Amino acid sequence: MTKKVLIADDEPNIVISLEFLLRREGFEVVVAVDGEEALTKARAEKPDLVLLDVMMPKMNGFDVCQAIRADADLAGMRVLMLTAKGRETEVSKGLGLGADAYMTKPFSTRDLVAQVRLLLGS
Amino acid sequence: MKPARKLVLAIAAVCIFLLALIAGIAALMGGGASMAAADRFSLLFLLSLGACAVAFLVVRELYGQYVRATLRLAEETGALVAHSGIRLADYGSVELRAVGRAVNLLAAARDALESDIEGRVREARASLEEERGRLAALMADLNQSVIVCNLDGRTLLYNQRALQELSSPGEGGKGELLGLGRSIYTVFDRALIAHALERLQQQKLQQDEGGESGESGTHFVTATRAGRLLRAHMSPVLSAVAETPDQPATSMITGFVLILDDITATSERDARRDALIQSLTEGGRGPLGNIRAAAETISDFADMPAEQRERFLSVIRDEAQALSKHLESAASAFSDDLRVLWPLEEMLGSELVAAAVRRIGERCSLVAKIESVDESLWLQVDSFGLLQALSFLAARLHDEYEIRDIRLALSRGGRLAQLDLMWIGTSMNSETAMNWEMDAMNTGGEASPLSVRDVVARCNGEIWFQRERASHRAFFRILLPCADAPREVVRSTAADRSGSRPEFYDFDLFRSSAGNHELDDLPLTELAFTVFDTETTGLEPSAGDEIIQIGATRIVNRRILSQESFDQLVDPQHHLSAESTRIHGITPEMLVGQPVIANVLPAFHAFCADTVLVAHNAAFDMRFLQLKEDALGIRFDQPVLDTLLLSAVIHPNQEMHRLEAISERLGVSVIGRHTALGDAIVTAEVFLKMLPLLAAMGIHTLRQAREASEKTFHARIKY
Repeated sequence: MTKKVLIADDEPNIVISLEFLLRREGFEVVVAVDGEEALTKARAEKPDLVLLDVMMPKMNGFDVCQAIRADADLAGMRVLMLTAKGRETEVSKGLGLGADAYMTKPFSTRDLVAQVRLLLGS
Repeated sequence: MKPARKLVLAIAAVCIFLLALIAGIAALMGGGASMAAADRFSLLFLLSLGACAVAFLVVRELYGQYVRATLRLAEETGALVAHSGIRLADYGSVELRAVGRAVNLLAAARDALESDIEGRVREARASLEEERGRLAALMADLNQSVIVCNLDGRTLLYNQRALQELSSPGEGGKGELLGLGRSIYTVFDRALIAHALERLQQQKLQQDEGGESGESGTHFVTATRAGRLLRAHMSPVLSAVAETPDQPATSMITGFVLILDDITATSERDARRDALIQSLTEGGRGPLGNIRAAAETISDFADMPAEQRERFLSVIRDEAQALSKHLESAASAFSDDLRVLWPLEEMLGSELVAAAVRRIGERCSLVAKIESVDESLWLQVDSFGLLQALSFLAARLHDEYEIRDIRLALSRGGRLAQLDLMWIGTSMNSETAMNWEMDAMNTGGEASPLSVRDVVARCNGEIWFQRERASHRAFFRILLPCADAPREVVRSTAADRSGSRPEFYDFDLFRSSAGNHELDDLPLTELAFTVFDTETTGLEPSAGDEIIQIGATRIVNRRILSQESFDQLVDPQHHLSAESTRIHGITPEMLVGQPVIANVLPAFHAFCADTVLVAHNAAFDMRFLQLKEDALGIRFDQPVLDTLLLSAVIHPNQEMHRLEAISERLGVSVIGRHTALGDAIVTAEVFLKMLPLLAAMGIHTLRQAREASEKTFHARIKY
């Protein structure tokens, strides 16, 4: 069965790469460009994994992550947080809020794909 | 004559006198036949009369010589005890004169001793004054604020800088928060100071217990009311404690010194630098991430269609451009902060050039002159390094090219300063010049690991060598960043204020007791007073009359601190009658644009914090103040003394207790009456004159003064 990935990031310039890579990997890709849309699509589409940017308009990645973890319907959804801030405190906060993994920009696309595969167990 | 002989002679004289008397009587009785009985009696009478006269004269003379003269001597000796410079006259018997001379010798010895002591006291006082003057001058020169307080937090000393930095120029407030005898807690948080003091005590304890005598003092950072950030260094004031049977001689903390640095600018700069670093690291991550992802995708999937590839390439182009722009704007926004990497001092450019000319002349045996200097330029430089660099270059020119005449010029070029080292004649090629710039500087036995370039880089400058072939001139040009001319500090040493004794310090306050005693039982002489007066639109506050002027001065340790006064006109927002103008001379025009009472009274409240209020006919002024308390949310609840009531205590039989009458009685000259501050000062002087008179009546403490005041008749007047 094809796994579904939700990309939540407000920067089209990174979305273009992420979308291309993940489609090439054979995933079904859904895109959200702000925090609220991300949460709505997470609930509607029930993706297997969310690539979640921290800095987003309307609702930041931390809040989205928290909302996902608080929603019993979304149990088992994997969350991979992406951020442009590399502070240790932030990484800890993301993981503390229930993210499964955390990647700091700029990251290697191969590492990202490997991380996604790992999280999806494929 | 010897006393023994005198005695023999006196006895002989008395005996002869008696014998002659007896012989005379016997002869009179014996030779009676030839004389009638009546004649005999009258002769006998005459004889005894003569004898009595002689006895009278002799005894009177003796009385004068020995009894009267002795008593007089005693009186005059009494006067001599009381006053110096008096001598006993030479009179009376020989013996008494001897006593007189002895007393005079004693008096002379005492006078000599007195004048000696006086001289020493004068000397000691003079040297104390000198030390105070020196201290005041030193403190006035300091770039930091200095405040000395006793353990109660009372200010004993402060400098001009502290006054400037800590005063809060709020509306309606001419009173300063800082002042002699004032509590430091009006400026700093009490808990903050208490905590710092605790640390000082702790340090002291450790040192007393034989711990290593490390640095004593503690730091804290705090914000002033005006929002400035201050770093304070607190160190203890130690006083020696005499040896007692229980413990050996030691010292104890009796106060503390605060040295304040305004670090607002520094911390702002630090904050900006942090922001820069953050914007460069975190701000760069996003775009870089986009570029990397796009680039890696292209290279990993070389088989993608051309259209797709073009989209990725445009991402890379856009993001790279955005990144460049970001870097550029950060660099320009923070360039001023980035350059402060080395401790540079601000220096007047002309001073640097003059110093360079001197140094080159002294060390390099060549003539250096100033060609032109922009006197207004301030530089931010490592002056020592730069002087080294200039003389190093001059020395090499002299040694290797026999240049004997060097010119220096300083001019402005936009935001930068140009410092030129010029000469005419032979010069080297650019390569040699560059080598000189890069060589370690070794001149006149001074070896430095740094090169000219290093020094210039340190000053955030640039250096290059240039030749003008036509004029045969060559020069090294150093570009240096300019600094702003430093902020002028109003330098007012205590001494140049009207030549009177400086009032910035009062060490007598050290005697003020520690702890939080009730003011009531403190002697009047130890209290701090705010003596004030108000001018008003009329006499009836309850009928809408308002304050139009408040004047106040302070008394600390029985001295009027004329430098710490409060003098403020107030817009009454109320009609000012011509009648009242005649009394106080304040016209409605003078009140235009003055602050209103709602702004003035809180400032006055702060001015008189922690002091006893004194006013003449205080009930009147207090009524005006108290009517405003609720509206303004402040309370004038400190103790109040009234010179009118105190006058009635001191002179109960006088009818007049008006300020003029009291001033006259107590010998206070009245100047500047009927301005609030003028009256306040007169009242303060009167009050000071009253203190010894009250003391003579057994009124020493505040409680006693208040109780005595209450008993007087006038206390019942209510406005």
